Amino acid sequence: MSTANSATIRQPDEQSLSSAAAKGAIRIERVNKVYDPQGAAIQAVDDCSLDIGGGEICMIVGPSGCGKTTLLNAIAGFHSITNGSIFLDGELLCGPDRPRAEPGPDRVVVFQNGALFPWQTNLENIAFGPIMQGALSKAEAFEKARDLMATAGLLGTEDSYPGEVSSGVRRRVEIVRALMNDPKVLLLDEPFRALDSLTKSVMHEALLNIYYQNKVTIFFITHDLEEAIFLGHRVVIMTTRPCRPKKSILVDIPHPRDYSVLTSPRFRELMDETMEVVHEEAVKAFQAGEKEGA
Amino acid sequence: MSAIAPVMNGQAVRMRKPMVNPSLIRAVTAIGAFLILWEVGARSEEWFGFTVPWVGLVPAPTAVLVAWGPLLADPGYWQSWWLSFARVLAGFIAAMIIGIPLGLWIAVSRLFRGMAFPVFEILRPIPPLAWVPASIIFWPTQEMSIAFVTFLGAFYTVVINVVGGAQSIDSRYIQAAKSMGSSGMDIFRRIILPGTLPSIFIGAAVGMGITWEVVVAAEMISGGGSSMGGSGGGLGFFIWNSYVGGSYEQIVVGMISIGIAGYLSSTAIRALGQRFTPWLSSR
Repeated sequence: MSTANSATIRQPDEQSLSSAAAKGAIRIERVNKVYDPQGAAIQAVDDCSLDIGGGEICMIVGPSGCGKTTLLNAIAGFHSITNGSIFLDGELLCGPDRPRAEPGPDRVVVFQNGALFPWQTNLENIAFGPIMQGALSKAEAFEKARDLMATAGLLGTEDSYPGEVSSGVRRRVEIVRALMNDPKVLLLDEPFRALDSLTKSVMHEALLNIYYQNKVTIFFITHDLEEAIFLGHRVVIMTTRPCRPKKSILVDIPHPRDYSVLTSPRFRELMDETMEVVHEEAVKAFQAGEKEGA
Repeated sequence: MSAIAPVMNGQAVRMRKPMVNPSLIRAVTAIGAFLILWEVGARSEEWFGFTVPWVGLVPAPTAVLVAWGPLLADPGYWQSWWLSFARVLAGFIAAMIIGIPLGLWIAVSRLFRGMAFPVFEILRPIPPLAWVPASIIFWPTQEMSIAFVTFLGAFYTVVINVVGGAQSIDSRYIQAAKSMGSSGMDIFRRIILPGTLPSIFIGAAVGMGITWEVVVAAEMISGGGSSMGGSGGGLGFFIWNSYVGGSYEQIVVGMISIGIAGYLSSTAIRALGQRFTPWLSSR
């Protein structure tokens, strides 16, 4: 086994996480995932190790179909892993004896295309988790939901259905719904992909504001490098399939950030650095895709 | 002529709000035109001396109205309405009560689907009317035979729609619910059931239509006699009876009555559907 294969990428220094929460540290240890549809073993994740500190915003960037979502699904407990283990705050989520983690409210996913229940109002959607867990009574859950909606600028949309509000509001409702569960980790799978760039920029600041008020670990998959550097404490670039961390770039721009960061020279430098690595992998992924297609 | 909409004083003319609902105007115009063509066609022989094919052999709408008048005061006519409605409702409600849980069960349980679906798919192509003789043998009363055939009409549609609706629920909803701590029962009640409701109402609307088709045919076949212990009658029998009695105007009265009855039924279902699936109507 070469050292490059098992290289563990370390988390950023504690200081760079502004008053980082202690909880929500994820340790991914030499995880492998092989999909086996009709006997054609496809290695989606290969010997992937990654340490994410509690309260860190860790941005995962990589070519399409590289296996980032597989990793996220393994943490969430939607998919099993073939071997390796994943820990949350030192506790085993999944490992050799338990290939699939139990889904739980400590690790809530915000999906790419959104998964708000269309038949529930925004308020009911947000209050859903605590009521299901029996953590809060219905009245308490609605009260907490209203409070959180207020801090996220969502007042006035409580009684609308998700289908009646703009896509930007929907995404915020979904993030707030995840936060209602007091998760240790927020798993975001390209949550802003479908948004136009104006809405997206507003959403970035909204997400950071929500984050500053509720320090949770954020595992954020994206293709958008600007988004990755603007939001993250760290950007982890994944190799093309099988997925493994290729390079970890610390974003040493202090939090709290706002949109002025985008024009700073340091931001541009980081963009260039990231772009170079990502482009290399994208070319590899493209060529691999051409081979598969041929 | 320019392609640009006419503008007056800087404001588009189209901005003016119409005084009457345009869709109402369209509906009234269409029905009016239909009635006029029918009237002219039906009276073609007496007015122009030649018979328009097909329409020329049908009683004119005015003649139908004349025949309808006295019927409105005839309790027998309303009895026909009541009997058909009761049969449709009985069969339809039974189909919903049995079909919805069955469809949900087929959708959520792989084991049950494997066993029930093949049987279901073999029985489904059998037209409800092909069941008439068998159901007369099965059921002790004529009334129950008709209700059973009516039930079959709605049953398959309801089940198929419920299965399809429940299976097409986005798996992300279930994953999200699971990760927020929902139990299996919660997922059924909060995700699968509301997620299937729109399909249930589609199945109900289509099933209701088939129910009316079937009940009329079943009434024609079973006749008005009470030899089997039932009361017979119904709008289907009303039409058949008019045909046998040679009253062609009454045939048309019966047909239009069924049209109105079916329209009322599907309107009721649509209204119920809007009430139970408010997130769809507000789009």
